[in-house]
Amino acid sequence: MYQYDKYDQKMVDTRVAEFRDQVERRLAGELTEDQFKPLRLMNGLYLQLHAYMLRVAIPYGTLSGKQMRMLGHIARKYDRDYGHFTTRQNIQYNWIKLEDAPDILADLASVEMHAIQTSGNCIRNISSDQYAGAAADEISDPRPWAEILRQWSSFHPEFSYLPRKFKIAVIASDEDRAAMRLHDIGIQLIHKDGELGAKFFVGGGMGRTPMIGPEIRDFVPADELISYAEACLRVYNRYGRRDNKYKARIKILVHELGKEEYTRQVEEEFAHMKTLGLNPPVEELARISEYFADPAFEPDASDDLDLSDPDFKLWVDQNTVEHKQAGYAIAVISLKPQGGIPGDASSAQIDLMADLAEQYSFDELRVTHSQNIVLPHVKKSDLYALWQKLDEAGLAPANLDLITDSIACPGLDYCSLANARSIPLAQKISERFADLGRQRELGELKLKISGCINACGHHHAGHIGILGVDRKGTENYQLLLGGSAAEDTSLAKITGPGFSEDGVIDAIETVTDLYLKERQEDERFIDTYRRVGMAAFKEAIYG
Amino acid sequence: MKILTGNDLKTGDVTWWTGSDWSRHVEDAVDVGESFEAILHEEEAARRVNVPYAIAAEMTDEGPRPAHIKDRVRALGPTVRPDLTLKPADPEAGNWVI
Repeated sequence: MYQYDKYDQKMVDTRVAEFRDQVERRLAGELTEDQFKPLRLMNGLYLQLHAYMLRVAIPYGTLSGKQMRMLGHIARKYDRDYGHFTTRQNIQYNWIKLEDAPDILADLASVEMHAIQTSGNCIRNISSDQYAGAAADEISDPRPWAEILRQWSSFHPEFSYLPRKFKIAVIASDEDRAAMRLHDIGIQLIHKDGELGAKFFVGGGMGRTPMIGPEIRDFVPADELISYAEACLRVYNRYGRRDNKYKARIKILVHELGKEEYTRQVEEEFAHMKTLGLNPPVEELARISEYFADPAFEPDASDDLDLSDPDFKLWVDQNTVEHKQAGYAIAVISLKPQGGIPGDASSAQIDLMADLAEQYSFDELRVTHSQNIVLPHVKKSDLYALWQKLDEAGLAPANLDLITDSIACPGLDYCSLANARSIPLAQKISERFADLGRQRELGELKLKISGCINACGHHHAGHIGILGVDRKGTENYQLLLGGSAAEDTSLAKITGPGFSEDGVIDAIETVTDLYLKERQEDERFIDTYRRVGMAAFKEAIYG
Repeated sequence: MKILTGNDLKTGDVTWWTGSDWSRHVEDAVDVGESFEAILHEEEAARRVNVPYAIAAEMTDEGPRPAHIKDRVRALGPTVRPDLTLKPADPEAGNWVI
């Protein structure tokens, strides 16, 4: 993992001191809320439905045990004993007191963490593949590039006041586990003629105008990657709309200019950028990459597993993923217990996951955009002991990528932007489909729930998506089908008129029943939907 | 009726205007009619509340009930965590929101 150098630490410590002073001035009445609001937002402190909410950045979803333990400490000391892992690989605390915020940021800084750029019209936390550095299918480790992008984008003076917020994802495999094409910039590392570089996709996003980012460059040499990203941002910063926040994201600019014209302008800017010598020096690339060297895997670790315990076998089948190193596995801890709140973890669970990372996974954890936690490097011979400890703590639901592994935004239970509650719906669906045999029969099924059109619950990208709306003061739910955040990226379409809470769950059961009836061979739900088409599903739902 | 709400500056807690102070309990809220601008200005300036505003409500046997579900969630707490609401001992409290 990357470790702060003296400059990183100084920047973060200085920001904590600055914010402490700003909070004191606010509490003393020297700053009005209008003056203070942009300052607190720059430090990730929102005012939500019930209290202040702090969003903490987890760079590309990567944590050490010590950092994870600090997240548990904050939940216990300053919040109400839990945290919420988000669809941006971050964590949010829902019950923060303003007077505690500087101390929390100081505690975070002590473990090389912060909440900077988790709000505002700037480049947000870089996201990446949660299996980076462990996946069997990656062509290179994306984390050094995510870290370089993090350093480049942190406090970037030119990009602190963009037309709108800006999200970047980096992956390094053909399988997209980071919703890369639904980011403002999606970067896929590739090899071309033996040289490392990247494809660039620009102008994707969800929200009220969902778009899939088109490819604008099929290869940017790795050592020019930052310059190309800078060129993409410069064109956006210059021409992105600032008159209407709903048309201010880069996806609107790319759409209105057209991919060809936007690309032409980026290439022109890029040609100029190359004359400025802004790429990181080769030595710096090498220095950062060293932090992401493989841990000391045991070369002769065994692939043998005793699967005689049927519950353990189910968990291994569903929640472990092939590792690049023989004798090791990637283990996914589901934060989706039956009837639970997706992404929530108590301080005790957070502490336990920190302990388990130190004991079994070379001190590494990852947060996924699906609101789960990954232990990336677990020796197969340790899996049974790991599973037993997870199971004791309620952290071993064997439901990865099944219908109960749903994404849900905080919704109207917590969020001031929401129109409807998301979490109760996720809980009821989890209860309705609780039978694991039934879930496995349905197979991979990505269910994503948002409580408003801002789409923090990624409903556009769900095989089944649900959008909560306000219909004359009553919660109403639109059902969407056919989305995907994976390499076969697609946007879900609304089936028709909305439903009550119970009605939408019945409708989901109807579409899953139709899927089972129409399924051919080993088709997933999304495959059958694409083959059969919307009409058959609408007919089943509405008659 | 119209009632005033906001958040406590220090804690962020949801608060309701009682006519002379701010309470955590919506049951304590009073009807301010249409003449509330001066109260909002004065109370925010005194830092007794953060970003206060007026909302529509109706009077019930249990006291004022905000007209919009969002304000009722604010008044009670998250319906998915009854233990964190203002009525943790009442498992049916969430029904008031809906």
